[in-house]
Amino acid sequence: MNTTLAIAKREFRTFFASPIAYIVLAVFLSLSGWLFFGPLFLAGQASLRGFFGLVPLLFVFIVPAITMRALAEERKSGTIELLLTFPIEDWEIVAGKFLASLGMIAVGLLFTLPYSISVAALTGPGPAFDWGAAFSGYLGLLLVAASFIALGLWGSAASRNQIVGFIIGLVLCIFFAFIDNFALLLPERLARIVEYVSVDFHFQNIARGVIDTRDLIFYATLIAIGLTLTTSTLSSARK
Amino acid sequence: MPSSMIRIEGLTKRYGMTEALKGLSFEVPRGQVVGFLGPNGAGKSTTMRILAGYLTPTAGKAFVGDVDVSADPVRARAMIGYLPENNPLYEEMMVFDFLHFIAEVRKIDPAQRDARIKSAAERCGLKDVIGKDIGQLSKGYRQRVGLAQAILHDPDLLILDEPTSGLDPNQIVEIRELIKDLGKEKTVILSTHVLSEVQSTCSRVLIINGGKLVADDSPENLPASGGEGAIHLVLGSRSGAAIDSAAASGVLKSVAGVTGVDVVEGEGHGTVGFKLRFGVEDPRRALFEVVVKNDWVILEVRRTQVSLEDTFRKLTGDKKAA
Ligand SMILES: Nc1ncnc2c1ncn2[C@@H]1O[C@H](COP(=O)(O)OP(=O)(O)OP(=O)(O)O)[C@@H](O)[C@H]1O
Ligand SMILES: [Mg+2]
Repeated sequence: MNTTLAIAKREFRTFFASPIAYIVLAVFLSLSGWLFFGPLFLAGQASLRGFFGLVPLLFVFIVPAITMRALAEERKSGTIELLLTFPIEDWEIVAGKFLASLGMIAVGLLFTLPYSISVAALTGPGPAFDWGAAFSGYLGLLLVAASFIALGLWGSAASRNQIVGFIIGLVLCIFFAFIDNFALLLPERLARIVEYVSVDFHFQNIARGVIDTRDLIFYATLIAIGLTLTTSTLSSARK
Repeated sequence: MPSSMIRIEGLTKRYGMTEALKGLSFEVPRGQVVGFLGPNGAGKSTTMRILAGYLTPTAGKAFVGDVDVSADPVRARAMIGYLPENNPLYEEMMVFDFLHFIAEVRKIDPAQRDARIKSAAERCGLKDVIGKDIGQLSKGYRQRVGLAQAILHDPDLLILDEPTSGLDPNQIVEIRELIKDLGKEKTVILSTHVLSEVQSTCSRVLIINGGKLVADDSPENLPASGGEGAIHLVLGSRSGAAIDSAAASGVLKSVAGVTGVDVVEGEGHGTVGFKLRFGVEDPRRALFEVVVKNDWVILEVRRTQVSLEDTFRKLTGDKKAA
């Protein structure tokens, strides 16, 4: 556990020592702010619904940009040889990278709290601001991010080239984010299955303020699959 | 406590079609400093990577102490300090932060961390650069960081893959002294292409070629093993014309008793120097006749010591020498 945290801490600090971190953060905050306040003033309605609808789409691009270097860079620079000769299990390395990436997303989300607070402040004396929905919305965003991170890490493990890692992660994230859009075209039974594997479908449930174990199980499964694949791809460097 | 620190049994490693190790076996007792030699591509790094727990062997076993590195890799790795070839480091980290990170992942007791970092940094001469980014360091200092990282957890076994490559002569001497010093308390296996390094630091030499062990002896005994000798010979031609060194070495190679010919520096003016190796039979008489028959003159002939280098070249099948 401590070794996992040590790996996570190192990764986190390295990330914030590079300009990429600030660029990604700035892009994320300005896009989400722009997409968030624009409709808000047009519609004149204070709600976080629009915000929670948009952020998962931004994550599709932001998350692979965060995870792309995590393992690819270790392979490229050769430091993977240090990592893989420490007295730790391979999954601990992957878990450390996962936690670090989740920490970065959490920092990004922390900066969006002022958006929510201003919405709460704008809410008139009428219906009270729904703090419960806001909380479950943020929880849902973290789960979406965690799933994308697990997929993005696998992309990063697959190549020593960051860009290739980014593209693999991006393709996987797009797949799991948008697959439910095809549900309408499919026969009922198939549509159900397609909906079930969609990250967005489960997020909509949670963002509505209903935290259902079925949705949580879906995210846990997707994260576990992504991290398992990442670990086995990392271990295959020993071959 | 088992007496051997390293035990390798029939180690085989295949990378796709390339067979890098072909049933390598050897044993290293505790406390020995072993030089691991072999030409490029012989399989030195592959062997060390398997021992260090980075690569898994295709077949065969490797033990560190009594731990099988494939069966219990985490426990085996905990006993090892490893300096990989090319010394990969986290460039963007400060030396202190890097060593602190190593202390964490190596599970050094938090109460002892700072003391360990301090002592490793002092021992490796890093005190002045402890607050610098690794990326800013000169090659010599980078190498010291790599060594400090390897000894931080006070391992029983040190595996050093080319610890002095690319360093200037002063740095080489200092790093060698450090390794010698470490060798007093630890088992060390180091690979190198600098043969004099083995003579100055190691008590045993292992030479591998094509993934197989070809020699295993002390650096003093190894050169003479096989009862061989060497001759330094400088030839000119009677007419004063330049000698064709390739043709001449071909002729010399066919002289009875000669087992190897290397062309070395002559004395100018068309002369050529040779270093000849011979087996049990001293070829000097036969040589004299060949020289007369070819209308050459001997400018110098001298019996010399067979160097470790000669033996290395012979054992690892250098085409020119064979
Ligand atoms: N990752 C790899 N993939 C494919 N082949 C490899 C790999 N690593 C090493 N080899 C091959 O295995 C053989 C042994 O390589 P190794 O690096 O162990 O040699 P070495 O003795 O350390 O050489 P050097 O003195 O150049 O460092 C070589 O033929 C090399 O090309
Ligand atoms: Mg090598």
